[in-house]
Amino acid sequence: MTGNHLIRTENLVKTYPMGLSQITALNNVSLVFGAGEFSGLVGPSGSGKTTLLNIVGSLDSPTSGSAEVLGRQVEKLSHREAAGLRNHSIGFIFQTFNLLPVYTAYENVEFPLLLLKTPAQQRKKMIMEALEWVGLADRGRSRPSQLSGGESQRIAIARAMVKRPPLLLADEPTANLDAENSHHILQTMEKLNRELGTSFLFATHDEKVIGYLRRKITLVDGRVAKDETFPSPAGKGVQP
Amino acid sequence: MTILRLALRNIIGTGIRAWLNAFIISIALVAAVWNQSLVSGMDEQASQASQAIEFGGGQYWQENYDPYDPLTLEDAHAVLPAALQRLVNEGKATAILVLQGSIYPHGRMRSLLLKGIDPGQRVLAFPTSSLADPGPDLPALIGGRFAKATGLARGESVTLRWREPGGAFNAQDTRVAQVMKTTVASIDNNQVWLPLARLQAMARLPGQATLVVLAPGTPPPGPLPGWTFRDIDYLLSDLRALVKAKSYGRTVFLVIFLSLGMLAIFDTQVLAIFRRRREIGTLIALGFTRGQVIRLFTLEGALHAILAVILGAIYGLPLLWLQSRAGLSVPAGTEDMGISIGEKIFPVYSAGLILGIILIAMVVTTIVSFLPTRRIARMKPTDALRGRLT
Repeated sequence: MTGNHLIRTENLVKTYPMGLSQITALNNVSLVFGAGEFSGLVGPSGSGKTTLLNIVGSLDSPTSGSAEVLGRQVEKLSHREAAGLRNHSIGFIFQTFNLLPVYTAYENVEFPLLLLKTPAQQRKKMIMEALEWVGLADRGRSRPSQLSGGESQRIAIARAMVKRPPLLLADEPTANLDAENSHHILQTMEKLNRELGTSFLFATHDEKVIGYLRRKITLVDGRVAKDETFPSPAGKGVQP
Repeated sequence: MTILRLALRNIIGTGIRAWLNAFIISIALVAAVWNQSLVSGMDEQASQASQAIEFGGGQYWQENYDPYDPLTLEDAHAVLPAALQRLVNEGKATAILVLQGSIYPHGRMRSLLLKGIDPGQRVLAFPTSSLADPGPDLPALIGGRFAKATGLARGESVTLRWREPGGAFNAQDTRVAQVMKTTVASIDNNQVWLPLARLQAMARLPGQATLVVLAPGTPPPGPLPGWTFRDIDYLLSDLRALVKAKSYGRTVFLVIFLSLGMLAIFDTQVLAIFRRRREIGTLIALGFTRGQVIRLFTLEGALHAILAVILGAIYGLPLLWLQSRAGLSVPAGTEDMGISIGEKIFPVYSAGLILGIILIAMVVTTIVSFLPTRRIARMKPTDALRGRLT
């Protein structure tokens, strides 16, 4: 990592084949994110938010340009190196929660630590701590099918945060939640950002999420249309 | 370890579908063990019966003797060498004279082999003592199959004809002293057993024999001029080839059974990859490599074979044990096919047989489980996370 930045993209371009033509999802996107940010990529559907998030998360690679994440050039990573980067340093939160259905909530949270081969004693402590962060220490034995949408997303946050990654990527985390649950999990994430220093990067077009952001990057047709920072969360006024 | 744990969870989480697949494979496994154990049992029974009743512990053949060429019989006899005669005298061997002849049961001519054997011999386990009649009648011992084919019964007389040295034909009536029931068709079909000394006298071949059967455990006295030693492996080779040929036929059923199980596994794997695209994407996002995901799905498929072994052991072991105690009745006529197996086959199980079949099932299941997972290698994690196939 050079300087104080966590993520740096330069002239990032991503195109997809669509029949005989090419669709440009990202067009010369150059951005820098520092450590501890609570930022969001906003914009309408098809603006390139998720594509950029996926590249930053090393789930995808750019067509041209470069993306440096935690000091690693994403476009140069092998599958194995990309998996290692995600495993050690990046947490993901998805719109559809994506909990492993055969595991209990506790085991879902435990999963990243198993991949990291964390010793059992330490693992247990970290899992309980993560479940307490999201206020679900008593639901460890529940299976995903027994959890509400809000609870599932909170377990997903615990799973993403349990290994204390420096970067957490959240793709439309509130899209399947009602307003109350949305604010609950956003407050949880904001608290984790404040207390643990984890950087959060959202892809969203949900006003509730936008209201919590301290930096808002607006993407339109794959280009950065606006990059705004706020001394305090952008739109606290939209909270209930 | 994480992959194994997750695979176990996934397969148990699949519920009834996993158990159904495992059940189908377990049927294939139990059927395969049963099938192969019958072949082993058939081989063992037939080998034991043939050794006890026909081959003994090996045979010395007069050098001209060829059991597949009746024309050689005219010259296939000689006086026993001293070493063989000594064994015969000690009861460790028995001599057999084989000649060509014919009989006329109920007015019809039938070619056959005339076999002379010492009525007091104890080397071969068949009732030659019934030939020990000192009366004027020539006693004959025939097998049940031959009796059925000719319509001859115990106590009935029939005319025998044979050729003397020099080419003249001679004939004499013989009385059926006993109809023996034997599993070994080759001492039964188309042959009449007579007292050795009487046959030697009839054929004017005093002290001569065609072959000498050693008692089991009797060491062969070494190379003897004019005589060829045939060990038990040589004598059983035809029988083993026949059993092997039959086992090939049975293997076809095994392959069909196993293929059905494998089809179910393949189908399950294809369906699982399709249905669990999002889960695959999640695993990759959490830090799994594609290789680990492929290993996970392959392991899940292979675990079906382990479940099948457990299921198969639960219901298969008692069934197979019962079968080994009760035996399997052989359909009428099977004995005439050339394998000496008696009325029932008793399956023979061995650790090698069972472990071998389990190993084959595991390897095949693993390969079949792996094949559909190659699709994962082509899957883009971003598409998988959206539930799309690349």
